[in-house]
Amino acid sequence: MSDSSKFQNGLPDGWELVVGLEVHVELATKTKLFSASPNRFGDEPNTNIDPVTLGLPGALPVLNEHAVELAMRIGLALNCSVQPCTFHRKNYFYPDLPKAYQISQYDQPLNVDGYLMLPGNVRVEVERAHLEEDTGKSTHFGGAGGRIHGSEYSLIDFNRAGVPLVEIVSRPDIRTAEQAKQYVSELRAILVAIGASDAKMEEGSMRCDANVSVRRFGDPLGTRCEIKNVNSVRSLGRAIEYEARRQVDILETGGSIRQETRHWDDAEGRTHTLRTKEDADDYRYFLEPDLVPLAPDAAWVERVRSALPALPAARRALLAALTGADVEGEAVSVVVERGQDPYVKSVVDAGGEAGRALVWVQQSFAEEGESPRLPAKDLAALTVMEREGKITATQAKTVLGEMLANGGGDPVAIAASKGFEALDTSSIATFVDDAIAAQPDAWAKYCAGEEKAAGALVGAIMKASKGKADGKVVTAMLQERRGS
Amino acid sequence: MSDFGTVASIAADVASGRASARAILEQHLVRIDTREGEVHAFNLVMRERALESAAEIDDRVKRGDNPGRLAGVPVALKDNMCTRGVDTTCSSRILEGWKPPYDATAVKKLAAEGAVFIGKTNLDEFAMGSSTENSAFGPTRNPLDTSRVPGGSSGGSAAAVAAGFAAGSLGSDTGGSIRQPAALCGLVGVKPTYGLVSRYGLVAFASSLDQIGPFTHTVEDAAILTEVIAGHDPMDSTSIPQPAPDLVGVLGAGVKGLRIGRVADLPKGADPDVLARLDAAFDALAEAGATIVDVRLPSLSFALTAYYLIAPAEASSNLARYDGVRYGKRVAAGDINTMYADTRESGFGDEVKRRIMLGTYALSAGYYDAYYGKALKVRRLIADDFARAYADADVILTPTSPSVAFRFGSKTDDPLAMYLCDIFTIPTNLAGHPAMSVPFGTGQDGMPVGVQVLAPTLGEATMFRAAAELERAV
Amino acid sequence: MSQRLTAADVAKVARLARLNVSPEEVERYTRQLDGMLDHFADIDSLELANVEPMTQPYPLVNVLRPDVEQPCLDRDEVLSVAPAAEDGRFRVPPSGGLHE
Repeated sequence: MSDSSKFQNGLPDGWELVVGLEVHVELATKTKLFSASPNRFGDEPNTNIDPVTLGLPGALPVLNEHAVELAMRIGLALNCSVQPCTFHRKNYFYPDLPKAYQISQYDQPLNVDGYLMLPGNVRVEVERAHLEEDTGKSTHFGGAGGRIHGSEYSLIDFNRAGVPLVEIVSRPDIRTAEQAKQYVSELRAILVAIGASDAKMEEGSMRCDANVSVRRFGDPLGTRCEIKNVNSVRSLGRAIEYEARRQVDILETGGSIRQETRHWDDAEGRTHTLRTKEDADDYRYFLEPDLVPLAPDAAWVERVRSALPALPAARRALLAALTGADVEGEAVSVVVERGQDPYVKSVVDAGGEAGRALVWVQQSFAEEGESPRLPAKDLAALTVMEREGKITATQAKTVLGEMLANGGGDPVAIAASKGFEALDTSSIATFVDDAIAAQPDAWAKYCAGEEKAAGALVGAIMKASKGKADGKVVTAMLQERRGS
Repeated sequence: MSDFGTVASIAADVASGRASARAILEQHLVRIDTREGEVHAFNLVMRERALESAAEIDDRVKRGDNPGRLAGVPVALKDNMCTRGVDTTCSSRILEGWKPPYDATAVKKLAAEGAVFIGKTNLDEFAMGSSTENSAFGPTRNPLDTSRVPGGSSGGSAAAVAAGFAAGSLGSDTGGSIRQPAALCGLVGVKPTYGLVSRYGLVAFASSLDQIGPFTHTVEDAAILTEVIAGHDPMDSTSIPQPAPDLVGVLGAGVKGLRIGRVADLPKGADPDVLARLDAAFDALAEAGATIVDVRLPSLSFALTAYYLIAPAEASSNLARYDGVRYGKRVAAGDINTMYADTRESGFGDEVKRRIMLGTYALSAGYYDAYYGKALKVRRLIADDFARAYADADVILTPTSPSVAFRFGSKTDDPLAMYLCDIFTIPTNLAGHPAMSVPFGTGQDGMPVGVQVLAPTLGEATMFRAAAELERAV
Repeated sequence: MSQRLTAADVAKVARLARLNVSPEEVERYTRQLDGMLDHFADIDSLELANVEPMTQPYPLVNVLRPDVEQPCLDRDEVLSVAPAAEDGRFRVPPSGGLHE
């Protein structure tokens, strides 16, 4: 563990943060995990209900084959072993839990022993990824602004009850808030890529609980607290940092940590006690007698494995190799997340300049989907013009804007129609020398190493050249004249 | 008692036009009007609906359409089977007034064959009991002697058939709840192989033990009803993916060459009257050409313990859904936990609460291994015992109930004494095997005695062969 | 009395099962359950270390349902039998947030 990571957590020297994450994702099935009412977000309350969903007397669960398949995809994408498994009942009373037990997997989950790689070659072990059913949704009314505590009554909508979930449990391998955010972001990218879930934290189709503890370096694991109600990747980072700091403060003043579940309040930026371990129900897990074991055979597992699409990490590596960009850089990760990496490849295949193609797609294709409307050959032609110095970056951006607006076009013709042409080097040199002469103070500062001072010089040059000077060439000439 | 008319004869008469479904129904309604006040077999008599279905059957017959195998047969349903739009109470205050929005699969199958549902029958609350004294709506009386219990938990379904209120009925059997009341009321009662009949729409007591089965006057009627309700149901994950067996076709096959098992180490506790009839049953089958062989079931005496840990454990979870949130009774309160506890305290009767407590305890942290976990292992020992026994025997005969019908109140103060009523019926539920009770004469006081025929998994055909032979021999 | 379980155990179990039992009932249930557990101790004599627990009578595996939508229950019909409903939802007293 490097020193810098310690400081990232804002903890005093000598303290180490330990985090394990439990991520629940709703699977992108048409129907519930154990019944045939729709799995659909945003419908009118209590319209997606059937006898099983409502826990009516006599109703029986039957497992959704597609949910199993999606859960297997998740397991395989996370390098887990898929194994024979069983379902248990987790018994507790809560109004949004219709049967007063949740059907979940206990000691024999579907997926075990996987891992997820984070930037910097950080490996986070995935202990298990198991199937279970979601609960309904309680909304609390009255009391202090709809908060749980002090409310006067609650209303329950069972549309979400029985929606298939996979709970992905990491081992406590995460050491910084940043890594926790990276883990969740990477997991999200994988889930979307394999079509298992839309994984939207803001809609609750991906929910993240963090088990946070702190210890002095070299000590055994400390007592952990489970942080719930984290609704965005950003909140996850804030919640972990807050909680770690809270625990260190208690320990440094001689206190001890009580194992408990804590609620993250995003507005207040703090966690508070939800329930202590002593309040915890005795869940009386036992094998669900209404279901039979699930044992995917090797052929089924292989069928799912071979149908898995390329995962984000592999695609990032390919794109980085293709474009020469940093594999952990923003351009590569953004373009892969948008699913536009095949498009970049097709631009290159059409003779385009790989590095420029990546930059343009990252910068200008945010509104385009996986299949941008602009023909790859047109973007390829634009990057060739840039490479050959026939157009400046600024001009190219204008041309690209027009091409995107029109869904294509010949960049040579568009540039000509706008009178764009890149200035030759000797013309640029004149503008550069004029600008240095006109602003001696800025030049002196720039020569003294103040990079920001270049801005005034470049601005004057661009103005004088009416934007036709290539910014890269200008910068290079300034550096050359400075002797750097 | 067969002067009431059998399922087979009624269906044949209605289908051929010799009798109308309406006339048949009215005969039964008259008997209900005459004796139901005394017997209390029903929680609900479905008079209007039954008249509508009978009219529909008669229309079908007139039109020349196939009216089904059960055309116009009045059938009573234990009140723990969901019937769309018709109260389904499980004889519990907590479900009073609840009308299911769907039909149980077994109910649908009967309706599809032209059965006429005449009423929902009384039971021990949530099927927990052996005398129907645990009903929230008052006990059912044995039509053969109203000072005695009809047995339980399906006492209402047994009494309805014994009193001629219905030609056949459905009960549910978790530890003997069809077979024991059948024995006590002089009827045939069948618990099929676990998974042969769908449990969808049967309000769960103990999910790994519950099975639906029929009560009838004759073995043939029982075979017909079993065939109709059996078969794979995709709505029940534990339903065996096989078509319904042919049972009616084997009834005349006799028992020549069959090996009939006599349990050499049968647990003690059966009355001499009952054991005498069992001996007579062995003699009858031997006379008919069967071979009597001794089998040993050494774990049988532990079945009661295994059952009374497993069934309450599952029940404690199955009955947790009665929480006053979505349906049924609610006692209003200012916070959710008080609402739960008050609702469940006032909604459940004493025996149900006792079993919920026992089951909750058996599953709770620190006790799971000592009780529930151990009981599951004993369950395996019992199944293994049976597997060895069925290597030597095709079917096994035992008593159904240790005694004939007993008098009201004689076991209500001692839960354990009541539990011992199930000592001979419980093992088959644990093993998941089929078993049926066949009336085989009476005890000295004239009350009927049932002999239980047990068979291995999906051994219904052999079981019915032996049962039919016993019926011929009475 | 064998005291396999105490009144405190029974009270705890009643809380877990959400049954509001009176002190008299606790006393009675303790006596009755204790008697039963005493009887059930017969299985303690069995050698069970190498016995596989039996949870299902019939060995089925991979019972699955296609991911195909079926008609839903009618909300009004369902809510009409609910103890309390409001605004298309089931109404309950405050829950104190023990689970969320």
